[in-house]
Amino acid sequence: MFRSHILVCGGTGCTSNNSIKIYEALVHRIYDEGLDKEVHVTQTGCFGLCALGPIMIVYPEGAFYSQVKVEDVDEIVNEHIIKGRIVTRLLYKETVDEGGNIKALNDTNFYKKQHRVALRNCGVINPEKIDEYIAYDGYEALGKVLTEMTPQQVIDEISRSGLRGRGGAGFPTGRKWQFAKNSPGEQKYVCCNADEGDPGAFMDRSILEGDPHAVIEAMAIAGYAIGANQGYVYVRAEYPIAVKRLSIAIEQAREYGLLGKNIFGTDFSFDLDIRLGAGAFVCGEETALMTSIEGHRGEPRPRPPFPAVKGLFGKPTILNNVETYANIPQIILKGADWFASMGTEKSRGTKVFALGGKIHNTGLVEIPMGTTMREIIYDIGGGCPNGKKFKAAQTGGPSGGCIPAHLIDTPIDYDNLIAIGSMMGSGGLIVMDEDNCMVDIAKFFLEFTVDESCGKCTPCRVGTKRLYEMLCKVTDGTATMEDLDKMEELCHYIKENSLCGLGQTAPNPVLSTLRYFRDEYEAHVRDKKCPAGVCKKLLRYEIVADKCKGCTLCARNCPVGAITGNVKEPHVIDPEKCIKCGVCMEKCRFGAIVKG
Amino acid sequence: MAKKLEVPYNGTKEQEEALCTAIAEIKAAHAGKGLTIAALQKGQEIFGYLPEKALQIIADALDLPLAEVYGVATFYAQFSLYPKGQYRIGVCLGTACYVKGSGDVYQKLCETLNIQGGQCTEDQKFSLDATRCIGCCGLAPVMTVNDDVYGKVTPDEIPKILAKYN
Repeated sequence: MFRSHILVCGGTGCTSNNSIKIYEALVHRIYDEGLDKEVHVTQTGCFGLCALGPIMIVYPEGAFYSQVKVEDVDEIVNEHIIKGRIVTRLLYKETVDEGGNIKALNDTNFYKKQHRVALRNCGVINPEKIDEYIAYDGYEALGKVLTEMTPQQVIDEISRSGLRGRGGAGFPTGRKWQFAKNSPGEQKYVCCNADEGDPGAFMDRSILEGDPHAVIEAMAIAGYAIGANQGYVYVRAEYPIAVKRLSIAIEQAREYGLLGKNIFGTDFSFDLDIRLGAGAFVCGEETALMTSIEGHRGEPRPRPPFPAVKGLFGKPTILNNVETYANIPQIILKGADWFASMGTEKSRGTKVFALGGKIHNTGLVEIPMGTTMREIIYDIGGGCPNGKKFKAAQTGGPSGGCIPAHLIDTPIDYDNLIAIGSMMGSGGLIVMDEDNCMVDIAKFFLEFTVDESCGKCTPCRVGTKRLYEMLCKVTDGTATMEDLDKMEELCHYIKENSLCGLGQTAPNPVLSTLRYFRDEYEAHVRDKKCPAGVCKKLLRYEIVADKCKGCTLCARNCPVGAITGNVKEPHVIDPEKCIKCGVCMEKCRFGAIVKG
Repeated sequence: MAKKLEVPYNGTKEQEEALCTAIAEIKAAHAGKGLTIAALQKGQEIFGYLPEKALQIIADALDLPLAEVYGVATFYAQFSLYPKGQYRIGVCLGTACYVKGSGDVYQKLCETLNIQGGQCTEDQKFSLDATRCIGCCGLAPVMTVNDDVYGKVTPDEIPKILAKYN
């Protein structure tokens, strides 16, 4: 028994901020003090509040230390661990009440509205120790399935829970499994999509880093349900920590006989292999992913035949996303009714979102379906920093769309998001404020898809490129109003004619910004102005003569000598010479320079 | 247009042998199907990039046409047919970083190093790439130099960061 437990976050966000060094320094100090029998230091997965990383929690007090530095380790050990005095200056402000007492983490705004199912072990257990997972009911679901349930009962339970694919499209998981089970064939495969490519989404990475066994257990359950004995996890090579922890977890599961032959003494055998992606966004599409596992260029294949009939190596295959799998063991243990009691009628359960962009609490949150965008952005996320006005939230990455401020009270579920022209996607949620230009954002996503289009089908390969060029015309101020209509027409053409999900959804960022922010497009086209002041070609910096004191600071800092004027007299900017770098505006102490 | 960098092949016998051994290990460890990507990843790890010689070794070992191996190597962003600098700089242009101004950071690096994305400085010291989301959006905008991660970077900090490696 230990008198104290110290949990240090080992997720990518925190390790990028030196949390490994903090962990090592702690372990050394505790050992040097001879406390290693009393105090246990553990490296866990992601706590979710990445904005405040590196994060450390000390139990039993539940002291939540944020933005810890290696230099703070001595103070924490000397004061807190040895003398029992909490280091208040490092505490996350939200966890301290007015009387200076520590509140439970679940009472803070960031955690209060969250409900952790897929993330339940992230930040709680050491992901590199299978015993800790087992202590939290790990592999109990697999045992139950193998010894008490038939494969059909497993599928029925998953179907009844109402679980839908968390990777983006929201296809009912139970139905997918049923198709694969019904397909004839000796050899079947279970695949896991961990090729999280949406910019701004990192929930799958966090689950693999924080609770890899949950995914392994779920894949074995899926294998039993559909009759497969081999699984593949396709994970991005860019996620080294996730790959490492998953490899360790697979190794440990094999040692414990939870993977391999005759699991739990039954005649069910199942094993897993990891395949590393090599940086191609299109490989998140199911058929492209399978082609890539087969070792080829990751190009999609036409469907039908669907993977459930003819998938990996031509055999019946199911492919689910990491977060989907992470829900499975809980559904088996707690029952379909428990899961279905959360969320909305057509979208059961919870969803993990990665909050990013112009928001205070960037990080990972898991909320019941049906929570409104307002609750996520303001109550949990803490709103936009610097008092800026919220403009839109982007979900679904390059396949999704924008949710404007006036729809902020929409309850989030699969169908509502599609109805307002966005989509759930894998759960990246990027917040934008008044300083973001929506045309520029659409252009950014199109640039991404042009780059990532695999080139197999023409509507996507050529269509996205042409669409991107039209957007460039808009941001350059050379487009006409007819171009906007043409753009819209091209969007629909690409959607209807592309081979795979990448092309079919690529125009969404354009369509949704055209739908909700058409006035911004028109301002670019008609008035040759970028209202947010982002598009450089349309920008104009000017000096307000009344405010200018003639201090010459701007003129001295202008890299191209575009500003002239005499000392103590108002200066002027020559628009011909100006390169719109914005240095003058930054340097001016009197707020005399405006852009528009 | 990016200027083309002509690189003489500097691979050693040891590297070539290491790749052959690695491929044999991959073949033994996995089911024996679809190993091209894993072999290319090993090749890049050993040589730092994928010279034609490495592609040929992989093609021979896996009994595939060179054209197919080349096709796979050029499809994925992770693989490079050209060497990278001693210090590989990556700037995340993922959404979260982009809306927080990583575009300006990238631009500043191009100007300071006088190269474009995907290129390498003439002394082969620095190479610059725009990367996809590296998954620590809480630190946006993010740049990496080899394995060092710099969060909340502003263009002004670039000279200071580069100086550490000079």
